[in-house]
Formats: sequence, structure tokens, C-alpha cells
Amino acid sequence: MTYQFQFGAVFARAELLIDGFLLTLQLTVLTGLIGLILGLSCAVIRTYGPRPARMAVATYVEIFRNTPFLVQLFLIFFGIPEIGKTFGLRWLPSPYMAGLAALSVNIGAYATEIIRAGLQSVHRSQVEAAESLGLTRWQVIRYVILPPALRNVYPALSSEFILLMLGTSVVSVISVEELTGTANLIQSETYRTFETYALIWVIYFALALVLKGILDAIAARFIGRQKPPPAAAGAAHA
Amino acid sequence: MRSFGLNDVWYLLIATQWTIYLTVVAFLVGGALGLWLAVVRTGGSRFGNGLALVWIRSFQNTPLLVQLFLIYYGLGLFGFRLPPFVAAAVGLICYASAFLAEIWRGCILSVPRQQWEAADALALTPWQIRWYVILPQALRIAIPPTVGFLVKLIKNSSLASVVGMTELMRAATAINNATYQPFKVFLCAAIIYFLLCFPLTMLSRRFERQLDVSTRG
Repeated sequence: MTYQFQFGAVFARAELLIDGFLLTLQLTVLTGLIGLILGLSCAVIRTYGPRPARMAVATYVEIFRNTPFLVQLFLIFFGIPEIGKTFGLRWLPSPYMAGLAALSVNIGAYATEIIRAGLQSVHRSQVEAAESLGLTRWQVIRYVILPPALRNVYPALSSEFILLMLGTSVVSVISVEELTGTANLIQSETYRTFETYALIWVIYFALALVLKGILDAIAARFIGRQKPPPAAAGAAHA
Repeated sequence: MRSFGLNDVWYLLIATQWTIYLTVVAFLVGGALGLWLAVVRTGGSRFGNGLALVWIRSFQNTPLLVQLFLIYYGLGLFGFRLPPFVAAAVGLICYASAFLAEIWRGCILSVPRQQWEAADALALTPWQIRWYVILPQALRIAIPPTVGFLVKLIKNSSLASVVGMTELMRAATAINNATYQPFKVFLCAAIIYFLLCFPLTMLSRRFERQLDVSTRG
């Protein structure tokens, strides 16, 4: 092999990369929060709401879980302005807004499914006990069902959050300059394609590990350590 | 400028077969690799386990899009001039192997310890224990999440369009460039993806329910 690796040219544009990194973080945190709120409300509606609302939420979830994120992104970024035009609306989303919206509704659908599973995991007897104590329906959901439900699905939610962080890279396709977007820019200026992508590959990897560490620490602080599953515990003894 | 018509829908359907080929190749080859990784991860060797874990984590903790870029451009550096299909397939194979390995490792670990011990007491060799005793039982638990991952793989194959492979998504982008009717074009692509994915999602759910009933009873 005669290729000479030159990371210098890439490091020379570190400032751009840092901006991109910060935008990736911002997108992740913002869409994570919006997605969580969306998922929480949709899961409650999907489980306890009136029938038409339940059907509407189920449709939303199935559509967004069974189509690629890239198609959803293009529909929001390119498609909605076209539809708006036929109704006489001029709405042109910036790439950032379109990316933020697409990521949020996408992660919201996944969060809905996860939280719904949590709501269903709370035992009936708990609900019956709360009802016999005269709690209102809303109080039962808020104080009896939600806390253990969220505790149960915390691991699933936190791994979904990391997948969301990795998924933000896709919005670079509509020229949002987050980490992957800046990498695209840098490689087109320096022609150091492999070096650039190798570097951001490492950055994503490190970020994923750090996020996992933070999420685990939050779990340990507020939820208590998760018991290892019985199979793993058994293996540890042997 | 021409308009989005039936010919374009036909073109999208033809491109869909490449989405299917890509997914099938990634699933079969990635699955074989993933099974091997899962067996290594649940075997005794600490060295093997560590090595497998490095492979798995490096594909689980990084964006698929960046993996595809790295493979597409990286292998080019080593003098391989890869057609986009091969680059995309290699990327998705690595990606699938990492996720399937972890899914199946969980399934193998959920087979009760007594099964290992009983098989061991019958003097089966380590490979016989895995092949005849553990994997058949793990398989039953593995089916719903595996079908679920297949859906994910179909959806993620759309990223191959970014490295220039002409599958459904790239065909849609090309038609959009010609007609500039993005809503119709991408809605049509979304419907095709949905028709591929939704039946599999339902199937996965049905298997899950069956498993639920059989383990409860």
C-alpha cells in the first residue's frame, strides 16, 4: 500500500469539528427531550385514551416505525413545502428545523412503544388497590402506574437514546452541519476522506461510551442498581 | 419538467428488488458472522470474548452512515475499486453481525444453566452441547427479536443510497430530481418500505405472543 495517512490536514480544521460536535450534542439532547415528552403522552393516550385517539396514536407509531428515517426526513424537508404550496402556504423549513422535527417525531414513535410496554408491565392488582383507595384515574396513572413503568423501561429508553445520538448523523444528508456534516465539508476541502471519517468514527464511539456512562450513573442514582438478569447471575457463580 | 407517473412507480418497484437483495445478503452473511460471534461471546475464552466485544461495540456505538463512508472510501485506499453494492453490503454485513450477535447472545444466556450442566453430565463435547442442546432452545426465543431486527435492516439499507447504490431510496431521489414532486415521490417510497416492513413487524409480534403463551403455560 502506498497511501500515506495525513491526519494533520484534518486536525487543522478542529474548530469546525468542535462546532459540529456541539451541534450533534444539541440535536441529541433536544430531540431526546421532545421525543420523551411526545412518547410519554402518546403512550398514555395509546393505553388509556378513548378509542379514536388510541387508533390515531397506533397509526402514527406504526407508520414511523416501519419506514426508514431517511424517507421521513425527505418527506418533511422536501415534501411538506410542496404540499404547503398547493394550499397557498409558503413554509420553507431550514435544514436544521426539518432535521429536528424529523428526529423528534421519529424518536417519539419509538419512545411510545417502549413506554407503552412499561405501562402494561405494571400489575393489575396495583391499579385495583389504588382505585379502591379512591384515587382518580389520572392520579392512578400519575402516581401508581408511571413511576414503576418508567423504572422498568429505563434501560430500553437509554439504549434508544444512544441510537438516537448515532441517528442524528443522517440529517447531514440534508446539509445540517452536525458532526457528520462537518466531516463531509472537511473531506471535500482536504481530500483526506478516510482520515476525516476515521476521526469522527472515533468521536462518535467515545461519545456513545460517555453517554452510556452518564445514563448508567443516572440510573444508579435515581433508580437503584439494576439487578443482573438471573441467567447472567448464574453464570457469574460458576 | 415531466410529472410523476405510473412509469416512475414501476421504476421504484424495480429498484426495490435491490433493497431486498441488499437486506438479504446483509442478513444471511451478517447472521452467520453474528452467530459465530454470539457463540464466541458465550464460550469460555476470555481473549475470544474480548476480541468479539471490540468488533461488536465498534459497530454498535458508531453511526451506520459513518461506517458506510469509511468502508466505501477506506477500502478504496487499499486499491479495491468496489462497486457501491459491494461496499454497501460489506457495511451492512458488519452492522448486522454486531447487532445480531448481541441479540443472540442474550437468547443463549437465557437458556437455563441446568441444560448446560445436564448436557455436560451426558459427556457431550462443548460443540455438541451448543449445537444439539443450547442453540435449538435459544432459537425459539430468538425468532421475534430477529425478525424485528430484519425490519431495522430493511429500513437502514436506505442509507446505502448515500454511498451511491441504486436501491429504492436512491431511485426515489433520482425521480425527484427529474420531476421535482418530492411529496408524491417520497410518499410512494415510504409506502413501499411500509409494505415491506409492516408484515414483518406483525409477524414478529405474533411470534412473541406465541412464545409468551407457551412459556406461561
